[in-house]
Amino acid sequence: MHELPITESILNIALRHAQQAAATRITDLHLVIGKLSYVVDDSVQFYWDMIAKGTIAEGAQLHFQRVPAEMLCLDCNHRYAPDDETLACPNCQSVRVKVAAGDEFRLESIDVETNEAPTPISLEK
Amino acid sequence: MPLNVPIVENILSANDRLAQENHARIDAAHVFSINLMASPGAGKTSIIEQTLSRLADKLRIAVIDGDIATSLDADRAAAAGAGASIQINTGGECHLDAVMLRGALEQLDLTKFDLLIVENVGNLVCPAEFRLGTHKSVLIASVPEGDDKPYKYPGMYRGVDALVINKIDLLPYIPFKMDFFQRGVEALNPGVKTFPLSCRTGEGMDDWVNWLLSNIERG
Repeated sequence: MHELPITESILNIALRHAQQAAATRITDLHLVIGKLSYVVDDSVQFYWDMIAKGTIAEGAQLHFQRVPAEMLCLDCNHRYAPDDETLACPNCQSVRVKVAAGDEFRLESIDVETNEAPTPISLEK
Repeated sequence: MPLNVPIVENILSANDRLAQENHARIDAAHVFSINLMASPGAGKTSIIEQTLSRLADKLRIAVIDGDIATSLDADRAAAAGAGASIQINTGGECHLDAVMLRGALEQLDLTKFDLLIVENVGNLVCPAEFRLGTHKSVLIASVPEGDDKPYKYPGMYRGVDALVINKIDLLPYIPFKMDFFQRGVEALNPGVKTFPLSCRTGEGMDDWVNWLLSNIERG
Protein backbone atom coordinates (compact mmCIF):
# COMPACT_ATOMS: atom_id res chain seq x y z
CA MET A 1 0.00 0.00 0.00
CA HIS A 2 0.98 3.65 0.31
CA GLU A 3 3.80 3.79 2.79
CA LEU A 4 4.37 7.55 2.71
CA PRO A 5 1.25 8.64 4.68
CA ILE A 6 1.88 5.75 7.06
CA THR A 7 5.46 6.82 7.63
CA GLU A 8 4.35 10.43 8.20
CA SER A 9 1.85 9.21 10.75
CA ILE A 10 4.54 7.19 12.56
CA LEU A 11 6.78 10.26 12.66
CA ASN A 12 3.99 12.49 14.00
CA ILE A 13 3.08 10.08 16.78
CA ALA A 14 6.73 9.56 17.75
CA LEU A 15 7.51 13.29 17.80
CA ARG A 16 4.45 14.05 19.92
CA HIS A 17 5.38 11.47 22.54
CA ALA A 18 9.05 12.46 22.46
CA GLN A 19 8.09 16.04 23.17
CA GLN A 20 5.93 14.98 26.11
CA ALA A 21 8.90 13.06 27.48
CA ALA A 22 11.18 16.10 26.97
CA ALA A 23 13.39 14.00 24.72
CA THR A 24 16.28 15.52 22.79
CA ARG A 25 16.66 12.65 20.38
CA ILE A 26 14.69 9.58 19.25
CA THR A 27 17.04 6.66 18.68
CA ASP A 28 14.73 3.69 18.06
CA LEU A 29 11.08 3.02 17.18
CA HIS A 30 9.39 -0.28 17.95
CA LEU A 31 6.55 -1.09 15.57
CA VAL A 32 4.16 -4.03 15.80
CA ILE A 33 2.76 -4.92 12.38
CA GLY A 34 0.51 -7.90 11.76
CA LYS A 35 0.95 -9.96 8.65
CA LEU A 36 -2.54 -8.96 7.51
CA SER A 37 -1.59 -5.27 7.53
CA TYR A 38 -0.04 -4.75 4.17
CA VAL A 39 3.02 -2.70 4.95
CA VAL A 40 6.34 -3.05 3.20
CA ASP A 41 9.08 -2.57 5.81
CA ASP A 42 11.72 -1.48 3.33
CA SER A 43 9.47 1.24 1.90
CA VAL A 44 8.71 2.62 5.35
CA GLN A 45 12.43 2.72 6.13
CA PHE A 46 13.08 4.43 2.79
CA TYR A 47 10.52 7.19 3.42
CA TRP A 48 11.60 7.43 7.04
CA ASP A 49 15.15 8.34 6.07
CA MET A 50 13.75 11.19 3.95
CA ILE A 51 11.07 12.66 6.17
CA ALA A 52 12.80 12.30 9.55
CA LYS A 53 15.70 14.41 8.31
CA GLY A 54 16.02 17.62 10.30
CA THR A 55 13.89 16.35 13.19
CA ILE A 56 15.04 14.86 16.50
CA ALA A 57 14.19 11.49 14.98
CA GLU A 58 16.78 11.77 12.21
CA GLY A 59 18.79 8.56 11.96
CA ALA A 60 16.48 6.64 14.29
CA GLN A 61 16.30 2.90 13.74
CA LEU A 62 12.94 1.32 12.91
CA HIS A 63 12.30 -2.12 14.38
CA PHE A 64 9.43 -4.15 12.94
CA GLN A 65 7.90 -6.88 15.02
CA ARG A 66 5.84 -8.98 12.64
CA VAL A 67 2.85 -10.83 14.07
CA PRO A 68 1.77 -13.89 12.07
CA ALA A 69 -1.87 -14.29 11.10
CA GLU A 70 -3.95 -16.50 13.36
CA MET A 71 -7.60 -17.51 13.01
CA LEU A 72 -10.04 -18.62 15.69
CA CYS A 73 -12.81 -21.07 14.86
CA LEU A 74 -16.11 -19.88 16.38
CA ASP A 75 -17.50 -23.43 16.33
CA CYS A 76 -14.73 -25.48 17.93
CA ASN A 77 -12.44 -22.75 19.35
CA HIS A 78 -9.45 -24.13 17.45
CA ARG A 79 -6.71 -21.54 16.80
CA TYR A 80 -4.69 -22.03 13.66
CA ALA A 81 -2.55 -20.38 11.02
CA PRO A 82 -4.81 -19.75 8.00
CA ASP A 83 -4.24 -21.67 4.84
CA ASP A 84 -4.37 -19.19 1.97
CA GLU A 85 -6.50 -21.55 -0.08
CA THR A 86 -9.49 -22.00 2.18
CA LEU A 87 -9.27 -20.03 5.46
CA ALA A 88 -11.64 -22.65 6.89
CA CYS A 89 -10.96 -24.38 10.22
CA PRO A 90 -8.69 -27.40 9.60
CA ASN A 91 -10.17 -29.13 12.67
CA CYS A 92 -13.90 -29.02 11.93
CA GLN A 93 -13.97 -27.41 8.42
CA SER A 94 -16.22 -24.64 9.71
CA VAL A 95 -16.06 -21.30 7.91
CA ARG A 96 -17.43 -19.47 10.95
CA VAL A 97 -14.02 -18.14 11.88
CA LYS A 98 -12.49 -14.83 12.80
CA VAL A 99 -9.07 -13.25 12.73
CA ALA A 100 -7.49 -13.63 16.17
CA ALA A 101 -4.13 -12.04 15.41
CA GLY A 102 -2.29 -10.51 12.51
CA ASP A 103 -3.99 -7.16 11.96
CA GLU A 104 -1.86 -5.23 14.46
CA PHE A 105 -0.68 -1.90 13.19
CA ARG A 106 0.77 0.19 15.98
CA LEU A 107 3.74 2.04 17.36
CA GLU A 108 4.54 0.20 20.55
CA SER A 109 7.28 2.37 22.05
CA ILE A 110 10.22 4.62 21.27
CA ASP A 111 13.71 4.85 22.75
CA VAL A 112 14.76 8.41 23.39
CA GLU A 113 17.54 10.41 24.96
CA THR A 114 16.89 13.20 27.41
CA ASN A 115 19.14 15.84 28.92
CA GLU A 116 17.90 15.27 32.41
CA ALA A 117 20.20 13.44 34.72
CA PRO A 118 18.62 10.51 36.54
CA THR A 119 16.96 11.59 39.76
CA PRO A 120 19.43 10.75 42.48
CA ILE A 121 18.14 8.34 45.05
CA SER A 122 19.24 9.36 48.46
CA LEU A 123 19.41 6.78 51.16
CA GLU A 124 20.23 9.33 53.83
CA LYS A 125 17.60 10.82 56.00
CA MET B 1 19.92 9.71 29.47
CA PRO B 2 18.29 6.88 27.49
CA LEU B 3 14.63 6.22 28.16
CA ASN B 4 11.98 3.93 26.68
CA VAL B 5 8.66 5.70 26.15
CA PRO B 6 5.71 3.31 25.87
CA ILE B 7 3.17 4.48 23.29
CA VAL B 8 0.90 1.70 21.97
CA GLU B 9 -0.91 3.89 19.49
CA ASN B 10 -2.50 2.79 16.26
CA ILE B 11 -0.47 4.19 13.39
CA LEU B 12 -3.55 5.44 11.57
CA SER B 13 -5.13 6.93 14.70
CA ALA B 14 -5.04 10.46 13.26
CA ASN B 15 -7.10 9.30 10.28
CA ASP B 16 -9.45 7.39 12.59
CA ARG B 17 -10.04 10.50 14.70
CA LEU B 18 -10.90 12.56 11.62
CA ALA B 19 -13.17 9.76 10.42
CA GLN B 20 -15.06 10.01 13.71
CA GLU B 21 -15.48 13.75 13.16
CA ASN B 22 -16.78 13.14 9.64
CA HIS B 23 -19.18 10.55 11.03
CA ALA B 24 -20.51 12.94 13.66
CA ARG B 25 -21.02 15.62 11.03
CA ILE B 26 -22.89 13.35 8.62
CA ASP B 27 -24.94 11.86 11.43
CA ALA B 28 -25.93 15.26 12.81
CA ALA B 29 -27.42 16.13 9.40
CA HIS B 30 -29.48 12.87 9.44
CA VAL B 31 -27.88 11.63 6.26
CA PHE B 32 -27.24 7.92 5.65
CA SER B 33 -23.82 7.43 4.05
CA ILE B 34 -21.97 4.62 2.32
CA ASN B 35 -18.37 4.16 1.20
CA LEU B 36 -18.34 2.21 -2.08
CA MET B 37 -15.12 0.33 -2.70
CA ALA B 38 -14.08 -1.96 -5.54
CA SER B 39 -11.38 -2.72 -8.05
CA PRO B 40 -11.35 -0.56 -11.20
CA GLY B 41 -14.09 -1.63 -13.58
CA ALA B 42 -16.20 -3.58 -11.07
CA GLY B 43 -19.09 -1.20 -11.61
CA LYS B 44 -19.00 1.42 -8.84
CA THR B 45 -20.18 4.25 -11.08
CA SER B 46 -22.73 1.99 -12.80
CA ILE B 47 -24.23 1.02 -9.43
CA ILE B 48 -24.45 4.70 -8.55
CA GLU B 49 -26.19 5.47 -11.84
CA GLN B 50 -28.63 2.60 -11.43
CA THR B 51 -29.29 3.52 -7.80
CA LEU B 52 -29.93 7.13 -8.78
CA SER B 53 -32.31 6.13 -11.56
CA ARG B 54 -34.39 4.19 -9.00
CA LEU B 55 -34.21 6.60 -6.08
CA ALA B 56 -33.58 10.12 -7.37
CA ASP B 57 -37.31 10.92 -7.38
CA LYS B 58 -37.74 9.65 -3.79
CA LEU B 59 -34.56 10.80 -2.10
CA ARG B 60 -32.12 13.67 -2.20
CA ILE B 61 -28.80 12.05 -3.04
CA ALA B 62 -25.28 13.50 -2.98
CA VAL B 63 -22.33 11.72 -4.56
CA ILE B 64 -18.66 12.26 -3.75
CA ASP B 65 -16.30 10.69 -6.26
CA GLY B 66 -12.70 9.84 -5.59
CA ASP B 67 -10.39 9.34 -8.54
CA ILE B 68 -6.74 9.83 -9.24
CA ALA B 69 -7.66 12.09 -12.17
CA THR B 70 -10.59 13.43 -14.26
CA SER B 71 -14.16 14.30 -13.25
CA LEU B 72 -15.74 11.69 -15.54
CA ASP B 73 -17.43 9.80 -12.69
CA ALA B 74 -18.81 12.91 -10.98
CA ASP B 75 -20.17 13.99 -14.37
CA ARG B 76 -21.90 10.61 -14.80
CA ALA B 77 -23.44 10.87 -11.32
CA ALA B 78 -24.67 14.41 -12.04
CA ALA B 79 -26.16 13.29 -15.35
CA ALA B 80 -27.93 10.41 -13.60
CA GLY B 81 -29.71 12.77 -11.22
CA ALA B 82 -27.50 13.33 -8.19
CA GLY B 83 -28.54 16.46 -6.31
CA ALA B 84 -24.88 17.25 -5.80
CA SER B 85 -21.81 15.64 -7.24
CA ILE B 86 -18.34 16.46 -6.01
CA GLN B 87 -15.13 15.16 -7.48
CA ILE B 88 -12.07 14.57 -5.33
CA ASN B 89 -8.91 14.18 -7.39
CA THR B 90 -6.43 12.45 -5.15
CA GLY B 91 -3.48 13.45 -7.31
CA GLY B 92 -1.95 10.00 -7.24
CA GLU B 93 -3.10 8.66 -3.89
CA CYS B 94 -4.61 5.23 -4.35
CA HIS B 95 -7.42 5.66 -1.79
CA LEU B 96 -9.59 8.29 -0.13
CA ASP B 97 -8.80 9.17 3.46
CA ALA B 98 -10.72 11.02 6.14
CA VAL B 99 -9.00 14.35 5.39
CA MET B 100 -10.03 14.23 1.73
CA LEU B 101 -13.62 13.39 2.66
CA ARG B 102 -13.69 16.23 5.16
CA GLY B 103 -12.67 18.66 2.41
CA ALA B 104 -15.49 17.40 0.19
CA LEU B 105 -18.06 17.52 3.01
CA GLU B 106 -17.24 21.19 3.51
CA GLN B 107 -18.51 21.85 -0.02
CA LEU B 108 -21.86 20.20 0.71
CA ASP B 109 -24.89 21.43 2.60
CA LEU B 110 -25.58 18.02 4.15
CA THR B 111 -28.96 19.07 5.55
CA LYS B 112 -30.28 19.09 1.97
CA PHE B 113 -29.70 15.33 1.50
CA ASP B 114 -30.96 11.93 2.66
CA LEU B 115 -28.24 9.74 1.18
CA LEU B 116 -24.54 10.33 0.62
CA ILE B 117 -22.65 7.94 -1.64
CA VAL B 118 -18.87 8.13 -1.51
CA GLU B 119 -17.20 6.38 -4.43
CA ASN B 120 -13.68 5.42 -3.41
CA VAL B 121 -10.70 5.10 -5.75
CA GLY B 122 -10.73 1.82 -7.68
CA ASN B 123 -8.39 -0.39 -5.67
CA LEU B 124 -8.78 -3.63 -3.71
CA VAL B 125 -6.01 -3.03 -1.16
CA CYS B 126 -5.60 0.45 0.26
CA PRO B 127 -9.10 1.82 0.83
CA ALA B 128 -9.77 -0.88 3.45
CA GLU B 129 -7.19 0.60 5.80
CA PHE B 130 -8.48 4.17 5.77
CA ARG B 131 -11.78 4.75 7.52
CA LEU B 132 -13.75 7.67 6.16
CA GLY B 133 -16.53 7.97 8.72
CA THR B 134 -19.44 6.76 6.59
CA HIS B 135 -22.18 4.64 8.17
CA LYS B 136 -21.56 1.56 6.04
CA SER B 137 -18.73 0.24 3.91
CA VAL B 138 -19.78 -1.58 0.78
CA LEU B 139 -17.57 -3.67 -1.48
CA ILE B 140 -18.56 -4.29 -5.09
CA ALA B 141 -17.12 -7.50 -6.49
CA SER B 142 -17.78 -8.43 -10.08
CA VAL B 143 -17.92 -11.86 -11.62
CA PRO B 144 -15.24 -11.32 -14.32
CA GLU B 145 -12.66 -10.51 -11.65
CA GLY B 146 -12.63 -14.17 -10.69
CA ASP B 147 -13.86 -16.24 -7.75
CA ASP B 148 -10.53 -16.17 -5.90
CA LYS B 149 -10.63 -12.50 -4.93
CA PRO B 150 -11.75 -12.96 -1.28
CA TYR B 151 -8.71 -15.19 -0.77
CA LYS B 152 -6.31 -12.78 -2.45
CA TYR B 153 -7.64 -9.55 -0.95
CA PRO B 154 -8.79 -10.60 2.54
CA GLY B 155 -8.31 -7.13 4.05
CA MET B 156 -10.94 -5.67 1.78
CA TYR B 157 -13.46 -8.49 2.23
CA ARG B 158 -13.09 -8.55 6.01
CA GLY B 159 -14.02 -5.02 6.84
CA VAL B 160 -17.19 -4.35 4.85
CA ASP B 161 -20.84 -4.27 5.96
CA ALA B 162 -22.30 -5.31 2.62
CA LEU B 163 -21.07 -7.00 -0.53
CA VAL B 164 -22.49 -6.46 -4.00
CA ILE B 165 -21.68 -9.14 -6.59
CA ASN B 166 -22.11 -7.34 -9.89
CA LYS B 167 -22.34 -8.59 -13.49
CA ILE B 168 -24.14 -11.83 -12.62
CA ASP B 169 -25.57 -11.76 -16.16
CA LEU B 170 -22.09 -12.91 -17.24
CA LEU B 171 -22.14 -16.06 -15.06
CA PRO B 172 -23.05 -18.40 -17.95
CA TYR B 173 -19.96 -17.27 -19.89
CA ILE B 174 -17.33 -17.26 -17.16
CA PRO B 175 -15.81 -20.04 -15.01
CA PHE B 176 -16.81 -18.38 -11.73
CA LYS B 177 -17.59 -20.83 -8.91
CA MET B 178 -20.07 -18.99 -6.73
CA ASP B 179 -19.73 -21.62 -3.95
CA PHE B 180 -15.97 -21.19 -3.74
CA PHE B 181 -16.31 -17.40 -3.79
CA GLN B 182 -18.95 -17.36 -1.07
CA ARG B 183 -17.03 -19.79 1.17
CA GLY B 184 -14.16 -17.32 1.14
CA VAL B 185 -16.48 -14.43 1.89
CA GLU B 186 -18.15 -16.33 4.72
CA ALA B 187 -14.82 -17.20 6.31
CA LEU B 188 -13.62 -13.62 6.23
CA ASN B 189 -16.85 -11.87 7.04
CA PRO B 190 -19.47 -14.25 8.50
CA GLY B 191 -23.05 -13.23 7.80
CA VAL B 192 -22.17 -10.20 5.65
CA LYS B 193 -25.17 -8.95 3.65
CA THR B 194 -24.70 -9.97 0.01
CA PHE B 195 -26.43 -8.61 -3.11
CA PRO B 196 -25.88 -10.54 -6.35
CA LEU B 197 -27.06 -8.26 -9.14
CA SER B 198 -26.53 -6.99 -12.63
CA CYS B 199 -26.44 -3.27 -13.37
CA ARG B 200 -26.93 -4.09 -17.04
CA THR B 201 -30.11 -6.17 -16.76
CA GLY B 202 -31.37 -4.75 -13.47
CA GLU B 203 -31.65 -8.21 -11.91
CA GLY B 204 -31.20 -8.03 -8.14
CA MET B 205 -31.18 -4.22 -8.02
CA ASP B 206 -34.41 -4.10 -6.00
CA ASP B 207 -32.86 -5.89 -3.02
CA TRP B 208 -29.94 -3.48 -3.03
CA VAL B 209 -32.17 -0.41 -3.26
CA ASN B 210 -34.46 -1.76 -0.52
CA TRP B 211 -31.46 -2.26 1.74
CA LEU B 212 -30.50 1.38 1.25
CA LEU B 213 -34.07 2.50 1.89
CA SER B 214 -34.38 0.42 5.07
CA ASN B 215 -31.17 1.96 6.40
CA ILE B 216 -32.40 5.46 5.62
CA GLU B 217 -35.72 4.82 7.38
CA ARG B 218 -33.90 3.44 10.40
CA GLY B 219 -31.75 6.56 10.60
